[in-house]
Amino acid sequence: MTRTNAIENKRGPRRPKQVFTHVFLGAMVVYFLIPFWWIVVASSKDAQALFGGGSALWFSENPDYFGNLVALFTFDNGIYLRWLTNSTIYALSGGVGATILAVLAGYGFAKFAFWGRRFSFSLLLGAVMVPQTALVIPTFILLSNMGLTNTMWAVILPSLLNPFGVYLMYVYAKDAIPDELLDAARVDGAGEFRTFIQVALPILRPAVVTVLLVSIVATWNNYFLPLAMLSDPRLYPVTVGIGVWQGLASSNNGGGSIWSIIIIGALVSVIPLAISFLALQRYWQGGLTIGSIK
Amino acid sequence: MSTTTKQPQEAGSNSAPKRKLRTKRRHTVAGWLFMMPFTLVFLTFLVAPLFYAAYLSTFRSALVGDTKFVLFDNYVKALTDPQFLDGVSFVLRFAVILIPLQMGVSLIVALLLDQLTTKFAKAARLMIFLPYAIPLVIGAIMWGFLYSKNFGPMGEIFGLIGAIPPDLLSRELIFFGLLNLVTWQWAGYYMIIIFAALQGIDSTLYEAARIDGANNLQIALKIKIPLVTPALVLILIFALIGTLQFFNEPQILKPLAAGAIDASFTPNMYAYQQAFLLGDFNYGSTISFVLGAVVFVFVYIFIFATRRRGGFML
Repeated sequence: MTRTNAIENKRGPRRPKQVFTHVFLGAMVVYFLIPFWWIVVASSKDAQALFGGGSALWFSENPDYFGNLVALFTFDNGIYLRWLTNSTIYALSGGVGATILAVLAGYGFAKFAFWGRRFSFSLLLGAVMVPQTALVIPTFILLSNMGLTNTMWAVILPSLLNPFGVYLMYVYAKDAIPDELLDAARVDGAGEFRTFIQVALPILRPAVVTVLLVSIVATWNNYFLPLAMLSDPRLYPVTVGIGVWQGLASSNNGGGSIWSIIIIGALVSVIPLAISFLALQRYWQGGLTIGSIK
Repeated sequence: MSTTTKQPQEAGSNSAPKRKLRTKRRHTVAGWLFMMPFTLVFLTFLVAPLFYAAYLSTFRSALVGDTKFVLFDNYVKALTDPQFLDGVSFVLRFAVILIPLQMGVSLIVALLLDQLTTKFAKAARLMIFLPYAIPLVIGAIMWGFLYSKNFGPMGEIFGLIGAIPPDLLSRELIFFGLLNLVTWQWAGYYMIIIFAALQGIDSTLYEAARIDGANNLQIALKIKIPLVTPALVLILIFALIGTLQFFNEPQILKPLAAGAIDASFTPNMYAYQQAFLLGDFNYGSTISFVLGAVVFVFVYIFIFATRRRGGFML
């Protein structure tokens, strides 16, 4: 993929047509960034400025980010920080767990002609298409029978299921790891697990990073599952928490001050993933395509 | 569709059948060992819940007294329930408009970005992708605020041209409000997938086409788009699954769009309401099961129709 880039770089000088292309792209970028711009701007405002006459697309006359942040992190005994922590716990444990399972299973599918492989693989493809939400209701009752609802486990355990991650690992491992290399390791006397750790895993690294990132994002962004599973606000991830605040604020239109807290809360919750995506772009940009090139 | 992994061949081996058998057994044992952890999770959190939902859907719970076995009664009820059918009809209509729009936007942007190598193009790619990293809930809240008459900029923007701002949270226009929101949220992700597939095309193909006198548009239509069809198929399937089980965005906008979105707006919201707000897990399971069946049927029709063009294959 990078090689074609190099070739394209050598293409001739820019043609005038590209001016239109750039203008069009510029317009697209503006469209995609408007909500971010708005939330950064709106976070500078207190309740009064929010509902006051000033422009909705420009900063408050006296920006008060600090005041809003203090209000956010002290509101309701600082529960927002708790939500951020919960989101981090869910995303990391669910994401890392799902990735480990996906790497092992994807490698198994790709490199072993085991009994029942074809059947299992068609089950896996079917599973990619099962709507996650169709599983939430029965999973809730099953976990409730085990006394696990309204605990962190109720969010973490179902998040370990990531059939698409397995599929991605399979597609990548199939082509990236030469069978000869594995056989060589086996002939040298390495066991299957050691062969996997020392030979296969380093090759799989780009796919592992991608699946990890995608799983972490999926768990961090999850809303339906924790909404159904949790009733204790102290266990909420930030998505459910802000959703609840927003519902409260809309239903009793009086309390204007909570709106400014919701807005800066939304901004703060966006920052970690936005930064990690920008910082890790080198890793995921190639990886996201794994499923689609074949 | 090659089904067997390459078997190790060792030259000069005189007990080939025995070795083959041993290899096969080793493959089965080691293969299943690697599959084991995922299989456990798969059985616990996918297979078991599905069977359990099927089981639940054959019972009806009465407010007073015990639950009764009713076989298909819940399904009959669901298939004649106007609230459920309205929800299904909404998500189908929504999918028909949304998916072409979303794919059109992401394909056009990806094709343009593929032609450019400027720094701006590189930055634009990232910016357009950024919404993917935003939780759906937060995206919905941000757009809900932007649409809002109280503190959104719609009044200002439309005031510039002297027009009355549309109320995208109203009953009439919520369809477009959601359309915009979902396109914004996902187009960048789809664009990246298509873009990367485009970058994977051997560029000597373009040079050959240029020598034959093809222009950029012809190259895009005749070479690029056909070659990224597997990516487009993948996206279409994702979009279809996602749209049919539409939940997060309307659920979040519901309090803001009072009157435009009710509890049975989409089938998933209806299932959630029945199960978690009204406590009728039997009917909730039935609805999500029927919805799952709808998703499955549509996706399979679709895969079947595009089978020859690649997609999910072993």
